[in-house]
Amino acid sequence: MLQAVPSIFGVIVISFVLTRALPGDPAVYFAGAMADKESIEQVRQALGLDRSWVEQFFIYVGNLAQGDWGQSLKTGQPVTEELLKRLPASLELTFIGLGLAVLAAVPLGILAATNPGSWVDHICRLLVTAGVSLPTFFTGLFLIYIFYYLLGWSPSPLGRLNILYLSPSHVTGFYIIDSLIAGDLEIFLGALAQLILPTITLGLFALAPIARMTRGAMLGALSSDYVRTARANGLSKSMILLTYAFRNASLPVLTTLGMVFSFLLGANVLVEKVFSWPGIGSFAIEALIASDYAAVQGFVLSMALLFITVNLTIDVILAITDPRVGLEE
Amino acid sequence: MKHEHFLDVNELSVEFQTRNGIVKALEKVSIHVDKGEVLGIVGESGSGKSVTAYTIIGLLDRAGLVTNGKTAFDGMLLSGAKEALLSDLRGREISMIFQNPRAALNPIRSVGKQIEDVLLRHVQASRYNVRKKAIDMLDQVKIVDSKRRYWSYPFELSGGMCQRVMIAIALACNPRLLIADEPTTGLDVTTQKATMDLIQELTRNRNMSVILITHDLGMASAYCDRLVVMQKGKIVESAPVVKIFSEPQHSYTKKLIAASPGPKSQLADLIDTTDEMSEADIEQLDKPMQQFSQKKSATPNILEVSNLVKEFTVRDSSRFRLPWSGKISSHQTFRAVDDISFSLKRGESLGLVGESGCGKSTTSSILTRLLDPTSGDVIFDGENITSYSSVQFAQIPQRAKIQMVFQDPTDSLNPRYTAKDTISEPLKQLLFIKKREALNERVIKLAKMVGLPENLLTRFPHQLSGGQKARVGIARAIAVEPLLLILDEPTSALDVSVQAVVLQLLNKLKRDLGMSYIFVSHDLNVVRLLCERVMVMNRGKIVETGMADDVLRNPQKDYTRNLVSSIPHFEPGKKVA
Repeated sequence: MLQAVPSIFGVIVISFVLTRALPGDPAVYFAGAMADKESIEQVRQALGLDRSWVEQFFIYVGNLAQGDWGQSLKTGQPVTEELLKRLPASLELTFIGLGLAVLAAVPLGILAATNPGSWVDHICRLLVTAGVSLPTFFTGLFLIYIFYYLLGWSPSPLGRLNILYLSPSHVTGFYIIDSLIAGDLEIFLGALAQLILPTITLGLFALAPIARMTRGAMLGALSSDYVRTARANGLSKSMILLTYAFRNASLPVLTTLGMVFSFLLGANVLVEKVFSWPGIGSFAIEALIASDYAAVQGFVLSMALLFITVNLTIDVILAITDPRVGLEE
Repeated sequence: MKHEHFLDVNELSVEFQTRNGIVKALEKVSIHVDKGEVLGIVGESGSGKSVTAYTIIGLLDRAGLVTNGKTAFDGMLLSGAKEALLSDLRGREISMIFQNPRAALNPIRSVGKQIEDVLLRHVQASRYNVRKKAIDMLDQVKIVDSKRRYWSYPFELSGGMCQRVMIAIALACNPRLLIADEPTTGLDVTTQKATMDLIQELTRNRNMSVILITHDLGMASAYCDRLVVMQKGKIVESAPVVKIFSEPQHSYTKKLIAASPGPKSQLADLIDTTDEMSEADIEQLDKPMQQFSQKKSATPNILEVSNLVKEFTVRDSSRFRLPWSGKISSHQTFRAVDDISFSLKRGESLGLVGESGCGKSTTSSILTRLLDPTSGDVIFDGENITSYSSVQFAQIPQRAKIQMVFQDPTDSLNPRYTAKDTISEPLKQLLFIKKREALNERVIKLAKMVGLPENLLTRFPHQLSGGQKARVGIARAIAVEPLLLILDEPTSALDVSVQAVVLQLLNKLKRDLGMSYIFVSHDLNVVRLLCERVMVMNRGKIVETGMADDVLRNPQKDYTRNLVSSIPHFEPGKKVA
């Protein structure tokens, strides 16, 4: 846990400096098109932007320590509130996308590794190449074109729920869970239908590195000495494959998963834009365009926190699976 | 089959499909094993001994193809049998143990569970008594505190203990045939002896047949009834142990026996002078070589080491239980080198012998100043080199005067450097020779000195044989004309016949160049061939020191005696069994 502290501090510093280094002056933006020099200066003072960077930084850190992430200039709402409202939407997308990718990629990787050169292996290679080479906004638009425009199977790619429905009462913020809690099957199906295309888009993107890693790690494990021993002892195929080979191969795959998650956070921004998803990504883009410092910093910080949490979780899982990991500490 | 053997391998041929076409791994190999018999398959790397074993139990990898021959086990035809049958037999009727036991065990599964896996698979135990049986097996292979060890992971056990666990797994279901593929390679001699004695005891009690695959003729002679000698996929000789040693028929067998250093053999005995790579090659060294011979110097000793200590901080105290006495401190320390003193004359060679963990590698690292000692002095050529930190030492001229030849000729060469690049690197870095012609000339001369054909200089390590790689490593070390050469087990990864050639080369170089050697090794017989004096280390301390022949023939200390007696070798009078 303590290892996370320096990284969080680093993120705070970097996000602060980067937002300040961006071109664009928030004072000019918020003073409006008609503002003269004087009113811009007034806005600047009101925002505290006339002070030195160092001063601004300490004010910012001081506020952070009190749990105050600042206010979004654009909406006038506290940044924390804005982020919390949108975060579940993004997380729902990311987690389901990642889940789909793992469900598809891991078996695919295992099958490809156990039958190298077979048709499964070729499909695996094809999907990996496609996943790496097709950008998410392209797959997103492509899927919309086919399944919404041409076939009409999926609902309009506008947000998390058709406007005809009311969003379920807030419990977790994940619509598919909240709707089930509320016992409203219709909303559940509606939310699910909206989720399918964007999660597949994200999943295809995440699938490539996971499948590749699983295949590689499985190939390594299957040619290892301990699998040879297991075979020499006549252990059953499933035992060799799952208990001996896959459990060992899962270690590098888990590490990759942490990395893939961070890629997904980045890819999210584009996918949300394409599917008009009211998530944290689209919020960040708008904030960035408006030079909305507090919002951008809040976004970067929350992403960093999320990333650190996910990696910590993965480290804990690794330590449980691999008895050797504990040695390092 | 006219008269039935327990295991009968008849004219087996195996081919491997590689990128460079088909390679014949086995050609009409016929072997047989009777009940309770121990058959040794001996040969150097690439002779096909492991392929034979894998083919018998059907573990040949995909690229391998059996093109001819039949294998029958207890009347059952194994070749062409269904995978399901073979999988039933493996572990229950025929078991196998491998070299490098730590890698051969599942790293993230407790050893007890791994024994259970086999027991459950072959229905030798039920869910209720399986743990008891697994612990019982650990007891049988003499693992102390078996109940606690049941939960250990391979990385928590020593190499010898891992091999015991492997034996426990292999014997758990009471198989009738055990195939041991180099079971003690990489283990210390005393551990090797304990492991082999254990295998012998357990298999005898069960009247099991054993196939022992090894490159070590001495070990084969000590533990086998009958030997099969293989070379390049063919059996060249097959006879009872005594006969193989007393009247070897085939020239290859003779060569192998000659090349295996025994307690009495001399360096010159190891290879015939008619051999392709031998004196003649080394003799080619031209006259200008003499320029390397040492200038007269005031100090008779090239190296004096006094009260050298190296301590390491032990992080996890629970895993290294050391007899701890003295003051309480927050850091537990482990003395890898514990107050040793010795000296080395110019042109002398000193053998440093001991088992793994005895501190011999740490000592050699301090001498080459790759490590900083905790305390003590190393006086090299009249100067105290411990007064420099290891970083500073890299920049002073003395750096070039101490060179090292490393253990693994493959791992210690940069895979992306040609032999020539490797040899010229120290010339560039330490002697600042930049001109191409001058470099070329030096490299070619060095290659000649170590007997490396000039046309091999442009090759990369993977295109060279083990012996050739060893030569490149030696050429690199002597390139800068060192006064002291530290040889860290330079031949342990080589086949015996190659080892013999390399040892002769080293001896020749020492004579011609007047270098001093410190020869680090676990093999007393090899050390004796090259060194006048030998120093035996145990737990960081010098146990015994003296003339090599005296120490080996008449060891004074128990530890040395134990070490010497653990080396398996063939003695005509004494027959086991």
